[in-house]
Amino acid sequence: MQTSLTINGTARELDLDPRTSLLDALRHHLGLTGTKKGCDHGQCGACTALVNGRRVNACLSLLCMHDGDEVTTIEGLGQPGALSPMQQAFVEKDGFQCGYCTPGQICSATAMLEEIAQGWPSHVTEDLEAQPELTIEEISERMSGNLCRCSAYPNIVDAIRKAAGETA
Amino acid sequence: MRPFDYHRGTGIEDATRAAAQGSFIAGGTNLIDLMKLEVMAPERLVDINRIEELRGIEATDGGGLRIGALVSNTDLANDPRVRRHWPVLSRALLSGATQQLRNKATTGGNLLQRTRCLYFYDRAMPCNKRAPGTGCGAMEGVNRILAVLGTSEHCIATHPSDMAVAMMALGAEVEIVRASGATERLPLDDLYLLPGDTPERETVLAPGDLIAAVILPAPVEGRQAYRKVRDRASYAFALVSVAAVVAVEEGRISRADLAFGGLAPKPWRNRDVEAALVGQSPSEALFDRAADILLEDARGHGDNEFKIPLARRVLKAVLADLTTGAAA
Ligand SMILES: Cc1cc2nc3c(=O)[nH]c(=O)nc-3n(C[C@H](O)[C@H](O)[C@H](O)COP(=O)(O)OP(=O)(O)OC[C@H]3O[C@@H](n4cnc5c(N)ncnc54)[C@H](O)[C@@H]3O)c2cc1C
Ligand code: SF4
Ligand code: FES
Ligand code: FES
Repeated sequence: MQTSLTINGTARELDLDPRTSLLDALRHHLGLTGTKKGCDHGQCGACTALVNGRRVNACLSLLCMHDGDEVTTIEGLGQPGALSPMQQAFVEKDGFQCGYCTPGQICSATAMLEEIAQGWPSHVTEDLEAQPELTIEEISERMSGNLCRCSAYPNIVDAIRKAAGETA
Repeated sequence: MRPFDYHRGTGIEDATRAAAQGSFIAGGTNLIDLMKLEVMAPERLVDINRIEELRGIEATDGGGLRIGALVSNTDLANDPRVRRHWPVLSRALLSGATQQLRNKATTGGNLLQRTRCLYFYDRAMPCNKRAPGTGCGAMEGVNRILAVLGTSEHCIATHPSDMAVAMMALGAEVEIVRASGATERLPLDDLYLLPGDTPERETVLAPGDLIAAVILPAPVEGRQAYRKVRDRASYAFALVSVAAVVAVEEGRISRADLAFGGLAPKPWRNRDVEAALVGQSPSEALFDRAADILLEDARGHGDNEFKIPLARRVLKAVLADLTTGAAA
């Protein structure tokens, strides 16, 4: 199925079996192996990428459904030597151990700060109509879709708070 | 995954015609999962994401909202009108899945998501819903997450949605475009079928019938809550949930619109429970009576028996919260 989309700012044309997930297209057909496959069933968040600015699980999406979309992966957020503030904060705060969940964590956290800036409530937000704050409880709830088998959670939270401080 | 023919729907008519031999796909968060496991294997996928008429949330003449089938769970939870006037719906949506999933999940897809019964997911196991006539593996198996109300001897699956439970308490209707082109409006309660002898039939929709929108009636007086009990604090399906809109006037309950998740094959509403509460002054004894009515026919199957006392406690807690201090 012919699919045209923009990936990390570059226009791409792909003609793949319609069964190909966005995740497999990125990893196997475009060589963008930063986005990881954990469960392949929407349960771990390792495959988190941004589609039109919103974080999604690339494993539960078919490439052919993304015609015309703009996809950003970890490679598009920043590169060695020019890391994004969130990538830099993960390095400085030691926000990982094995690193497998890290690209998903960083994509997810990058989108999350934007969601808070836009005033999106979460399950733990006390007042649905108030501007949510970046408390530890809010970060934990909003990042619950990104599991870390190494349990680097405390440092992930620190990294996110650091990145938020720097972009605020 | 089995091969399928992919069709990008260009409009409602084109999509309903094409889906007569296939399935619609919206967010894909449930269907792709099930297709990977070959629990579902449609010959054709009709992608409805480009159909503009299915987008957007509009105010209705009656003071309610018309929510397009493609509105994402995120956009619905965030809508300022929903947050202010139908907070139970925002709360239910925000308690479901994760931000990544809610960004993709749609209103129509959420209503039609399939059960999370482990045997339904495992093709090596008997399951009357997946493979009619093979038996129900869950009945005497691992059924901790399954139903205690509305079941049959053939299936005890639960409907997993949180959103639908809130919509049920709010008296929502679904707008359907039949494959024939006819448009219908049904109370949400009438969309779903109980398993009976045909657990494979979950709704009144036939292949090619499209959910176009959900209609919320005008907001009503009362306090709203969605209480969800689950195995972990986030990112887990409900074991028991209660959506409630409760009002108290001059010391008596004047409204108690209640719906329950995690208990039954569909979002569960029992008007007898509500009738027993309305007109009465709130008390623990009254709340117990309401729970007695709700759970009169409840039947556990081993693992899931805990849901019966749990449902009672959750209902009583929600009623106590919503009636406390509301009497003034
Ligand atoms: C790990 C995980 C955790 C989750 N946790 C929760 C949770 O806690 N609470 C909860 O409520 N949900 C939860 N979900 C489920 C999620 O909410 C659903 O997968 C989602 O809402 C389905 O919407 P969709 O648009 O992606 O549907 P799709 O997967 O696109 O479609 C689902 C079904 O609906 C049909 N369909 C879709 N749109 C239409 C339409 N307009 N008309 C007719 N038929 C249509 C499709 O043909 C398909 O059969 C979870 C999912 C995952 C993967
Ligand atoms: S409870 Fe229903 S879905 Fe689960 S195994 Fe039995 S028949 Fe299948
Ligand atoms: S690989 Fe997509 S959520 Fe686990
Ligand atoms: S750092 Fe190893 S899984 Fe998160």
